[in-house]
Amino acid sequence: MTMTTRLIDEILKMSKEAPTQKYTQKDFQSDQDVRWCPGCGDYSILAQVQRVLPELNIPKHNIVFISGIGCSSRFPYYMDTYGLHGIHGRAAAIASGLKIARPELSVWVATGDGDGLSIGGNHFIHICRRNINVKIILFNNQIYGLTKGQYSPTSEFGKITKSSPYGSPDHPFNPLLVALGAEASFVARSLDRDPKHLQTIIKRAALHHGTSFVEVYQNCNVFNDGAFSAFTEKGTKEENVLALEHGKPMVFGTNNSKGIKLDGFTPIVVSLKEGKYSINDLVIHNEKDTILSFILARMSNIEGLPRPIGVLYSVERELYEEEVDRQIKESINKNGQGDLQKLLLHGETWTIKQE
Amino acid sequence: MSKQLKKLDEVTIRFAGDSGDGMQLTGSQFTTTTALLGNDLSTLPDYPAEIRAPAGTLFGVSGFQIHFGSTEINTPGDMCDVLVAMNPAALKVNLRSLRDGGIIIANRDGFTDKNLKLAGYEKNPLEDGSLDKYKVHSVDITRLTTIAVEDLGLSPKIAERSKNFFALGIMYWMFTRPLEPTIRWIQEKFKNNSEIVEANIRVLKAGYAYGETTEIFHARYEVESASLPPGTYRSITGNEAAAWGLLTASVKSGLDLFLGSYPITPASEILHELAKHKNFRVRTFQAEDEIAGICSAIGASYGGAIGATTTSGPGMALKTEAMGLAVMLELPLVIIDVQRGGPSTGLPTKTEQADLLQAVYGRNSEAPIPVIAACSPAGCFDMAYEAVRIATKFMTPVILLTDGYIANGAEPWLIPDVKSLPEIQIKFRTEREGFFPYQREITTLSRPWVVPGTPGLEHRIGGLEKEHITGNVSYDPENHEFMVKLRQEKINKIADDIPPAEIYGDQNGELLIVGWGGTMGSIRTAVINKRKEGKSVSHLHLKYLNPFQKNVGDSLAKFKNILVPELNLGQLAQLLQAKFQVKIISLNKVQGSPFRAIEIEKKIDEILK
Repeated sequence: MTMTTRLIDEILKMSKEAPTQKYTQKDFQSDQDVRWCPGCGDYSILAQVQRVLPELNIPKHNIVFISGIGCSSRFPYYMDTYGLHGIHGRAAAIASGLKIARPELSVWVATGDGDGLSIGGNHFIHICRRNINVKIILFNNQIYGLTKGQYSPTSEFGKITKSSPYGSPDHPFNPLLVALGAEASFVARSLDRDPKHLQTIIKRAALHHGTSFVEVYQNCNVFNDGAFSAFTEKGTKEENVLALEHGKPMVFGTNNSKGIKLDGFTPIVVSLKEGKYSINDLVIHNEKDTILSFILARMSNIEGLPRPIGVLYSVERELYEEEVDRQIKESINKNGQGDLQKLLLHGETWTIKQE
Repeated sequence: MSKQLKKLDEVTIRFAGDSGDGMQLTGSQFTTTTALLGNDLSTLPDYPAEIRAPAGTLFGVSGFQIHFGSTEINTPGDMCDVLVAMNPAALKVNLRSLRDGGIIIANRDGFTDKNLKLAGYEKNPLEDGSLDKYKVHSVDITRLTTIAVEDLGLSPKIAERSKNFFALGIMYWMFTRPLEPTIRWIQEKFKNNSEIVEANIRVLKAGYAYGETTEIFHARYEVESASLPPGTYRSITGNEAAAWGLLTASVKSGLDLFLGSYPITPASEILHELAKHKNFRVRTFQAEDEIAGICSAIGASYGGAIGATTTSGPGMALKTEAMGLAVMLELPLVIIDVQRGGPSTGLPTKTEQADLLQAVYGRNSEAPIPVIAACSPAGCFDMAYEAVRIATKFMTPVILLTDGYIANGAEPWLIPDVKSLPEIQIKFRTEREGFFPYQREITTLSRPWVVPGTPGLEHRIGGLEKEHITGNVSYDPENHEFMVKLRQEKINKIADDIPPAEIYGDQNGELLIVGWGGTMGSIRTAVINKRKEGKSVSHLHLKYLNPFQKNVGDSLAKFKNILVPELNLGQLAQLLQAKFQVKIISLNKVQGSPFRAIEIEKKIDEILK
């Protein structure tokens, strides 16, 4: 008995034959009331995702959002796509299984700094290294919101919270460096308060062929208000944010008055106004440069250096699920479709005849 | 001198040596050859947790026991008739399993001063008369092996490695088995190294010739083929059978199989076996941990595959939360727990049945999951298939319990005609009209299986409590209680869908022995033996542990005494007492090894004295 009829083929056929539709942002809004706190940065992330999805021309029925636990993880309920709200930290593992079983689906993970980097840290690093084509958006608010305000693995050292009344003794880690260290093939950062930029980055992540990791600085106005205001507010953001563009020199500051130059492997800020340095002295951003990506990701909490946003790193390499499919095809080509009776009878057998 | 040929009904042989001596290989070769001769058989591999424990030590001893016969064989044998001991440690550890008057084949070259000391012998037991109640044959196995391959130019270390084939050759001669199946296997296994092929075959033949020509063996034995039902057979281990059961269910149902698994003893062979069969579209995912193993399987089930995960006790504990998620999502999922000695890391390579309560109850809140168990190596095939059937019909995770003993043990298996297996009929829901994610089918109470990719049926599911029918998040207290009861009711309904329990022996009487899982063979052997003596004893072996089959309560009520032997401290006994309020006599053993039939027989005698 060979494997001929696959039940899933019927679904794949229906999925392909469904009439194509032009979507708008509204088409991705589910009928559920959004229950985040008023003023939460999550609203913006939801809106930008709903704005970008129509541009991707992926049928709604082929899109799945998967999440774990936390404020960010309510995301799937608000998307009118397929969705699965899982358990704490495990979204990446659930998404991996789904994507390997159904590579044609567009699979997204909505997670947070606690869900994705603390309880789910292991799954996060392993999905990155396997390069399963799942889009991960990590809402980083540097706090545990849903459990009402404990420090998270990205909270700063010494932070006073409910669980750290004398200051957090935990040294934080940097999500971008974790992703790069875990061999992620697409690593980017954006901000809830910069909708245009966030849309661009979400779209880039969606189009990337491989695991995409996007860290979004997201304001929790209840438990950690203003954590990123230096990078989001007019008057400070110009001096504190370095917006990366592939192939362009690293310019920032009010009226583009400053730039980043490399002194050996060390980035330094130079003024473009004093005549000593020109734009030609600056580092040209290259998304494919792995060394540079680490230098940029490291530009965090270093006095005097701006915070990079944009795509730090984007390279193509083999996908886990494509390799699995290749092996399946190769095995079928070599051995033929699996024949069950043949399998059970292969090797040493013996027959007992009717007496 | 002509040698006697004696007929035997059944024989038990134990091969024992260092964990690097190839005893598992020797045992499995003897098994294959014996199976091909049509004997019924049962095996017990018994090896240490360390891959290569220090040579010569007691804890480094690896053993393989095979019980075969022309009659029905249900266990690997209580005591062995022949012990092959490659060194003093192997002799010391295994001597208590050898019956009085049994045969010892010892590799004299392994009994060096150093090895004797490591095993704690002050004098060489082969020479001091301490083994007089056995028939001892000391053979220079290592020396004769090196002589047999002398001209091949192998290093002494490599040459010595073939010595297990010498021992195997002697046993083939002693029990009149052909060499050809092993020769074929050697040729295939070492096809890239012609010298090793030549060396192993030569040594195997040398061992056989040694038995034939030397004066030391006065008899050889014949064990005729058993009268098994007609058909084509193969030898199969429980882990292979479980893998093939899943695969067969995949083909019969038309669902792709996805196995998310983290390596763990003694379950890893299921992963290994399924990883081979890519042309059946099996996707095996070696996950980063046990939790990812089950979560990836849930993701795959959500996508319309049969999601399965395989593990042992410690891994089960880690998967607990995700099992609860699967209960809430009401997605099919198969969880295979190959039980081992615990708690914690416990005895990784030894068997136990102590995960029963964990399987039935081990989750937060009310999270009912059907639990079934396989009771023999070949039985793992049927129960893996049954697990998929129940999981997909009732949209629920299912736990299949096996154990290290049946997972690694082998027995002859009458290969089924796959066309004749019961169908597994599944349909994904695609109709938009009147669709609600948690609307239920009336007879099974299962919800529709809608997979992503289906146009127009986009919806969200998750671990938060569901509103009845719509599946929307609901914090309503009445709805929660209703849903808790509904999920329980769905699992209870499985009892309507499984065959009734069958009692072996009289349907009423003095004593009913109730067992589950891998103790089947020992209990059955004991019951057969005692019934021959005219004792009123019957046997009920449970494959369904949650829910129980509908006639279990009535069956228990028909006997004066109920004995439940278990490799734990009485877990099935607790379940039966709680459910049926019956008085139970427990027979418990937690030594990492299966029951011997004699242990159960003694208990029967004690109860029926």
